[in-house]
Amino acid sequence: MGATDGQMDLLRFATAGSVDDGKSTLIGRLLFDSKSIFADQLEAVEKTSTDKGHGYVDLSLLTDGLRSEREQGITIDVAYRYFATPTRKFIIADTPGHVQYTRNMVTGASTADLGLVLVDARHGLTEQSRRHAVLLSLLRVPHLVLCINKMDLVDWSEETYERIHAEFTQFATKLNIPDLEVIPISALNGDNVVDRSENTPWYHGPTLMHHLEHVHVASDRDLVDTRFPVQYVVRPKSDEHHDYRGYAGQVAGGVLKKGDEVIVLPSGMTSKIEGIDLFDQQVDEAFPPMSVTVRLEDDVDVSRGDMIARVKNAPKPSQDIDAMVCWMTNEPLRPRQKLAIKHTTRTGRAMVKDIQYRLDVNSLHRDQEAGELGLNEIGRVQLRTTVPLLCDPYSKNRTTGSFILIDEATGVTVGAGMINSGS
Amino acid sequence: MTNTHADYQLSQLDQLEAESIHIFREVAAEFEKPVLMFSGGKDSIVMLRLAEKAFYPAKIPFPIMQVDTGLDFPEVMETRDNWVNRLGVRLVVASIDDAIANGVLVDDGKTSRNRMQTATLLNAIEENGFTAAFGGGRRDEEKARAKERVYSHRDEFGQWDPKMQRPELWSLYNGRLHAGEHMRIFPISNWTELDIWDYIGREGIEIPSIYFSHQRRVFERDGMLMTETPLNPMRDGESAEERTVRFRTCGDITLTGCVESTASTIDEIIAEVAAARVTERGATRGDDRFSEAAMEDRKKEGYF
Repeated sequence: MGATDGQMDLLRFATAGSVDDGKSTLIGRLLFDSKSIFADQLEAVEKTSTDKGHGYVDLSLLTDGLRSEREQGITIDVAYRYFATPTRKFIIADTPGHVQYTRNMVTGASTADLGLVLVDARHGLTEQSRRHAVLLSLLRVPHLVLCINKMDLVDWSEETYERIHAEFTQFATKLNIPDLEVIPISALNGDNVVDRSENTPWYHGPTLMHHLEHVHVASDRDLVDTRFPVQYVVRPKSDEHHDYRGYAGQVAGGVLKKGDEVIVLPSGMTSKIEGIDLFDQQVDEAFPPMSVTVRLEDDVDVSRGDMIARVKNAPKPSQDIDAMVCWMTNEPLRPRQKLAIKHTTRTGRAMVKDIQYRLDVNSLHRDQEAGELGLNEIGRVQLRTTVPLLCDPYSKNRTTGSFILIDEATGVTVGAGMINSGS
Repeated sequence: MTNTHADYQLSQLDQLEAESIHIFREVAAEFEKPVLMFSGGKDSIVMLRLAEKAFYPAKIPFPIMQVDTGLDFPEVMETRDNWVNRLGVRLVVASIDDAIANGVLVDDGKTSRNRMQTATLLNAIEENGFTAAFGGGRRDEEKARAKERVYSHRDEFGQWDPKMQRPELWSLYNGRLHAGEHMRIFPISNWTELDIWDYIGREGIEIPSIYFSHQRRVFERDGMLMTETPLNPMRDGESAEERTVRFRTCGDITLTGCVESTASTIDEIIAEVAAARVTERGATRGDDRFSEAAMEDRKKEGYF
């Protein structure tokens, strides 16, 4: 672990790529080189490697935490790992490259600032790497790093690097990838991971660690459109705070300021921000992702599920939702199906009006004949909801633009939605 | 109006705090009967602090529950009582001794009190009708925990099924339950041991004195330094001597070892933790040493 300082910032990234591309080795190396692997953990891994008869230390054992994963030698589920350097703390959503890729990728990428796609230099782009890039783009992960791994096995060929780079750039023109970095590495030997490699004198970009430490994520938030979903109403009714009524929540967009004229949705009542409380302190403004408590000047009726926004810049309440949905369960999604929907702090029911098309995440082809969505499939869906959702397009705001669908009989989360628009 | 992004940046500790507070509020809003599991250790104290902040100036809107193993450090119980009094929260004590006396549990003389916690805890959850139980588990502690969701669904037997976990997307947590089921909630999943210490230092939070360097009569067992106490009789060949030590975790006195240390302030502890080459559990927790999947197995049974 690096030296610590409460003031450093945080980067969340999701990894993608199949196991054979060297993902576990790369994560193992990032953890190892940042001194985030402890002696007892490493000893356990070394012992298990020896017990299994491996002639090498299998770093994937560090990341495969469940008994059934170790038994089968595969990663079943997303795991979260942590490491820190003197400047930044990192949360890795380590998503498996296994068959259930889409669901797990969506889970891991939903909160990621950066997506890391690994390819094997010998094989170039595969269906898997294209698919992962599509998913990261669909989920609006703002930064993407393509690591061309196993460069040692192609004799550090600049030409190979350039070819894969060009192939990916060509493919990415169809996607929404605002920031792309392509780095030639050898995860096994550590080339260009933490330290610059002498084997790639033709490469002038950053090492992976340098890029992770310096990529600018602060500007990825929407600081213009004020959105404050009310989570919980704080009413102490104590002698000391008899008349206190505060609306607690996490700022989802924009900046709330003391004195701002605000509108409460869906009721449409207007008031002014009297104060913003952060525990026992009062602050003048609040921005994402602060969890604060807002007090209003007037005694308007506000409850959980409502949203506070600026009078002249408010989302339109809508019961007809057009969204991209990733389906996550065996039983397919069909028209007329009814589900529970959770959007910010608002919960209601939704009916599937139409499945417009199914998206082939390999070719980006839109199949309009599909009619339903199976496990791990993504499509454009029209929903009608019982309660109006106070939504924004996902492309503008990942918090007010996303929702989950829940099977009412089993209680299981079966779908993830990204809103195109409400009307 | 133009805002510069640099002006609106939260440090990683503030981001973690904001995320945890969001989780506390979400649970309080959506569950009928939550409870906060409180051991008196550093993680559960940070949890209590976060809960305090989430609902201020109102009181924490749920009780806290301690599973009393009968083998807890007296210093930890003292800190527990200070916190309970200061915050005015209701304390539920689920006692293993009581569970044995009532015939809920059988003491076979072989099972550790740590394992008996599980049955006592599940029984208390059922008896009190709790639908959500906050736990201070962190994903960096152990590899089975690295797979844990923030909302961890438990069936009517309190079991965790890692293969049936609900996907967790954005910060949209799904709290749906059937009768008899409950949810374990881990608001500090994304914190590391170092984050906890940074936060304790920053907030000036009261923690049990055993975390700081002190003199203690200890003996060596399985490579760990154990406290000399009648609760944990020494075996042949073991002998106690006074050493300068501190604890990295607070668990059962018979299973929790200490480390030699002169760190007597939070800053010194942070420096020590930052340089540590062994995990807190690897260094000091006998209960994790039974097998490679010890934690996973206990979690499946209902341990938190």
